[in-house]
Amino acid sequence: MLKLENVSKVYRVGAFGGKALFAVNNVSFEVKQGEVVSLIGESGSGKSTIGKMILRLLDVTAGKITYNGTDISSLEGNALKDYYRQVQGVFQDPFSSYNPIFKADRIFKVLHEEFFPEVPATEWQKRVEHALSSVGLNPAHVLNKYPHQLSGGQLQRFLIARALLLDIQFLVADEIISMLDASTRIDVLNLLADLKSRGLSILFITHDLSLAYYISERAVILYKGYMVEQGAVEKIFHTPLHPYTRMLMDSVPRMDRKWEKGISLLERQVEEFRNGCLYFERCPVAEKICAVYRPPLFDVEPDHAVACVHYQSPSDVPKPVALPHQSVHPTHSA
Amino acid sequence: MALSVENLTVYYQTLRGDVHALEHATFQITDGEIMGLAGESGCGKTTLGHSLIVLFPPMKYVAGRVLLDGEELPIWDSEKMNTYRFRKVSLIPQYAMNAMNPIRKIGKMTQELLESRGVDYKEVIPELKRRLDLVALPHDVLNMYPIELSGGMKQRMVMVISSLLNPSLLIADEITSALDVATQKAVAEMLVEFRDRQFVNNLIVITHDISILYQIADTILIMYAGVLAEKAPTKSIIESPRHPYTRLLISSLPEVGVRYAEKRLQGIPGNPPLLLNPPSGCRFRDRCPLAYERCLEEPPFIEVEKNHFVACWKEFEPHA
Repeated sequence: MLKLENVSKVYRVGAFGGKALFAVNNVSFEVKQGEVVSLIGESGSGKSTIGKMILRLLDVTAGKITYNGTDISSLEGNALKDYYRQVQGVFQDPFSSYNPIFKADRIFKVLHEEFFPEVPATEWQKRVEHALSSVGLNPAHVLNKYPHQLSGGQLQRFLIARALLLDIQFLVADEIISMLDASTRIDVLNLLADLKSRGLSILFITHDLSLAYYISERAVILYKGYMVEQGAVEKIFHTPLHPYTRMLMDSVPRMDRKWEKGISLLERQVEEFRNGCLYFERCPVAEKICAVYRPPLFDVEPDHAVACVHYQSPSDVPKPVALPHQSVHPTHSA
Repeated sequence: MALSVENLTVYYQTLRGDVHALEHATFQITDGEIMGLAGESGCGKTTLGHSLIVLFPPMKYVAGRVLLDGEELPIWDSEKMNTYRFRKVSLIPQYAMNAMNPIRKIGKMTQELLESRGVDYKEVIPELKRRLDLVALPHDVLNMYPIELSGGMKQRMVMVISSLLNPSLLIADEITSALDVATQKAVAEMLVEFRDRQFVNNLIVITHDISILYQIADTILIMYAGVLAEKAPTKSIIESPRHPYTRLLISSLPEVGVRYAEKRLQGIPGNPPLLLNPPSGCRFRDRCPLAYERCLEEPPFIEVEKNHFVACWKEFEPHA
């Protein structure tokens, strides 16, 4: 239903905007009805930029984003409003999403005035209460309070409830879990899972792979604005192929396995290899060709594509390349 | 015992009365121990960390003693504590990203900081550079402004500054939460490295992320609503937790390899009590699936096994 086609976002940086910084470079993927797609990457990988472009908070420099076949950049006036009825976002820091001067439930009032002026106030109140209970909040406890009187988890669920009041079809969830406590985290995740089973599509932006695996069907791994690996979540998580994906997987703090020693922090270099693989600087298995050749995304098996020279030669079973200082091990202990 | 905390009680003064943020905290840390301090937000973990070094209003010292290497810390006296701060006890603050002076070059700022403690900057420079190498920062950072560094770099710079005078106790408050997984891992491993090289004697790592603690901590202390719930070696906390809260907390963590369709994880229903008027008895009582009438009384924090401390009546009366 939502489709990105060769989307790029370029910022002009440096004095007089002389340099181009590709925050997002030639990214294409699709989110289908009732599907959760995770967008995974480090800070600066462009994942939030993609979320913001989908919400039209940022313009697309090149390529296009289509929603049910319509290019979203062409939407204006009522059509745009209609788009926002169906597509909404929830962001990382719930505290900064509210105006601290007003009560937190003002967001519902604004929504009422903007989108549903024809609905009578009593009916609207019922809908608000229903939406709040469906995100696991007790309306009596949370309504009529100021943002500082509510916890982060409550505010975050408020925002999800707000999105639910619209006829929402697509939710951009940008790091919505990372500010929450462990005990409420899982409740919000389960809530997303429930919404999904009701047909909602979700773009789940995160740097935590365990959360992505818990909830999503498909994953897109981004590095410096490029897609380096994408596909079905089981395939990526059981056989991560790109060295970057594997580094991410190995860095996740797990409760069943201690970190392996020896994968030290490789410093990010400012210098950009204009034509080479962007991960060249940090890649433990880089070849000479990687400095001058940027591999495209390449299907290694159905529903699993990688942009790495090591996997370009066709083989029946994709096999991860051996990394130095570490044995190749299955990352899934099932 | 490198650090010994006895019956430490700290309140927050508010217009509506005292918030009982930390009550009857009693625990010990042995030499070279990395202790993780975990719990939900508002459980008092930052209060505990800060009360060992920066007990400022609205925090109010109520009772208790803190002994570091056998010497009592005058935590209630902010002036006297100055002798100990930075030299004996040091802190890596939460959001270390914003901890550095934005209008000073980092080297200059470090110099001013050291001179305020009567330390000669020039003598420290060689050691400072060695430590920058250790955390993989170029020496150039000393001539840069904080804004020129990325989040992870700032975090590492603050770590170096905080531990520069080899404090006996270093408190790291939520230092990994704002970082992405790769940087998180590097920073956490550097903390262990600091201990291994004896830059610091003890570490208290405050975080809500227990899986990070599993990777680096020797022992874990779990707090709930201002009181200590459980302290034990890391392995015991993760594999055989005894306090019902610890058990629920650990079972609610998503792991790599778990999907909601196969195994739906459960959160902990309910909310922690408000600490303005904390309930009497066990503070976890309302959310505890095992609560019984004994829980109306406050459970003591007792060693039930070697180095395994728990505050739960069920553990003291197994046949109840």
